[in-house]
Amino acid sequence: MNRMDAVFERLKQQNETALIPFLTVGDPDLETTLDIIDQLEAAEADIVELGVPYSDPLADGPVIQRASERALKGKVTIRSCMQVALAARERGSRLPFILFTYYNPVLQMGLDPFFEEVVAHGISGLIIPDLPIEEAAEIRQRARQADVHLIPLVAPTSHERIASIVKDATGFIYCVSSLGVTGERADFFAGIEDFLNTVKTYSNVPIAIGFGISSREQVARFSSICDGVVVGSAIVRQIESNIPLLEKQESREEGLLQIRKFVAQLKGTSDSA
Amino acid sequence: MIQQLPDNNGRFGAFGGRFVPETLMNALIELEQEYNRYAEDPEFKAEIAYLLKQYSGRETPLYYAERLSQHLGKAKIYLKREDLNHTGAHKINNAIAQGVLAKRMGKEKVIAETGAGQHGVATATVAALLGLECKVFMGEEDTKRQQLNVFRMKMLGAEVIPVTSGSRTLKDAGNEALRYWVSNVEDTFYVLGSAVGPHPYPMMVRNFQRIIGDETRRQILESEGRLPDTILAPVGGGSNAIGMFYPFLEDTEVQLVGVEAAGKGVETEYHAATMTKGTHGVFQGSMSYLLQDEYGQVKEAHSISAGLDYPGVGPEHSYLKDIERVQYMPITDREALEALQLLCRTEGIIPALESAHAVAQAVKLAPSWSEDSIVVICLSGRGDKDVESIMAYTGGKTL
Repeated sequence: MNRMDAVFERLKQQNETALIPFLTVGDPDLETTLDIIDQLEAAEADIVELGVPYSDPLADGPVIQRASERALKGKVTIRSCMQVALAARERGSRLPFILFTYYNPVLQMGLDPFFEEVVAHGISGLIIPDLPIEEAAEIRQRARQADVHLIPLVAPTSHERIASIVKDATGFIYCVSSLGVTGERADFFAGIEDFLNTVKTYSNVPIAIGFGISSREQVARFSSICDGVVVGSAIVRQIESNIPLLEKQESREEGLLQIRKFVAQLKGTSDSA
Repeated sequence: MIQQLPDNNGRFGAFGGRFVPETLMNALIELEQEYNRYAEDPEFKAEIAYLLKQYSGRETPLYYAERLSQHLGKAKIYLKREDLNHTGAHKINNAIAQGVLAKRMGKEKVIAETGAGQHGVATATVAALLGLECKVFMGEEDTKRQQLNVFRMKMLGAEVIPVTSGSRTLKDAGNEALRYWVSNVEDTFYVLGSAVGPHPYPMMVRNFQRIIGDETRRQILESEGRLPDTILAPVGGGSNAIGMFYPFLEDTEVQLVGVEAAGKGVETEYHAATMTKGTHGVFQGSMSYLLQDEYGQVKEAHSISAGLDYPGVGPEHSYLKDIERVQYMPITDREALEALQLLCRTEGIIPALESAHAVAQAVKLAPSWSEDSIVVICLSGRGDKDVESIMAYTGGKTL
């Protein structure tokens, strides 16, 4: 069974919602990413999105753009991102990992080597934000053969496309909360509840919401109507603001603790932190 | 039939397509449908034809450059004078048509990306003409290099938004325009300036620019009674070149040459020679040739010509390269500057640096031509905008 399915199964029985943090791998460096993953797990995050830094991240706002630039300065590649998943597993992590990557790095790696490595590194799912269904047929088929979930994105503007996007969905469906790129925001698409309900009528797989979610209040609001909540830019911003602490040996633990506290508070488990 | 591409998925062979966030998909599909609907609408076509004639001054001359021809030897060289358009380049052809389409679609806001500022100025111009609100995204580096064009756009009523992400040049302006469009897709029309990006843009921009080739074909038949042997055009994203080449694609006796920027040389890291040095990749919404590293990260391009300073190229050009219908050849900064100077001195025409690349390739090819060869160069724009950067490059000396 795909590790991600097991998580959603367990949460369903416990009547809980998955907290799905995103981080840019290699921001500020690979070793710190591994340490942050430990913190996410300690804060009871359920699934982790590993963002592959990219030179031209079209779907991302300024916070994740900056993180990508920092990671690329450290020569982080799509392979090193996958190695982080495996290294985290070897350190004892039980988290399912989703590789979040733009399409071009996948294409340049070549689809055969890419899927071999995805499987070899224990990746449970893929999110490719610039690969709409019209272009995704081959990737989708290969993902299925590899028992890796290709997570589809649906947007408030998807309308009549929703049915065909979610038809054969596995893993979960990623519902985009608003028009726009990633980044914290106060307001979401006005018809968000209707939008989520429409998605639910077409599919039985779990649905998660993302783009712009940054606070415990927002997580709580969507927990009642979604199976998962993705938090990206807000966590990346936490990491960014803690870089000065993380870089110095004497304050590194403190920096990691700050990130853990933030995530625990999002999850509503701040006591455990 | 090469001319029947793209297919229904916006593909030119392996190239093209739509690689964009899901949020934009319906907007692109709507744009394609509306474009297809209006493309055959006589009133729509008449409105564009009227503006191209009465506002932009088309048709542009196909000028026999006698002194340049004599200087180079045997061939008769003609210049397609796109530099004589309103705003000084072919960019206005596309901006007028997309502006009229935006209006038909009921959109009151337009956005555009720009490098040197030519497409930005063209879009700001059309927005003023049609009463549309206009935002132009421009890399911060380019706003510094092209202050006059920034001011020009502001005079025309456009808001110029400096882009501070990435390399702060054209590719980042394109990224930022797409990001803005994702957020404002419901009331905003994206006037994309080149034959690049997701379907239907490469097809649409080509069709709005094919007037260059259609006129050239008619004009050369009138003056020479036959088609040219060779046609040269500069290629950045490739909109003037695809507009020029498209009506000649089936005429296999006509040699088509796209000229790209070799910057400081294709053997250096400082060039924009996407066809010569690039590989297949996905960039800004479509599959094309691309300057990238082995991990799929997009490389920065370099050229003295801001309009050619782009790491991607249109998908149709990528296809025409692979089927060997068009040859793509690189010209260095230095060669382009020398050709610019040559055209100034022989013809009294200051070409844009982009266009000077095509002139330079003509200089290179001239020895292979015979006395009765007929050659057309697409003079895509005028060089006034480049005078400052040329002065900076030469330290104020003429060559």
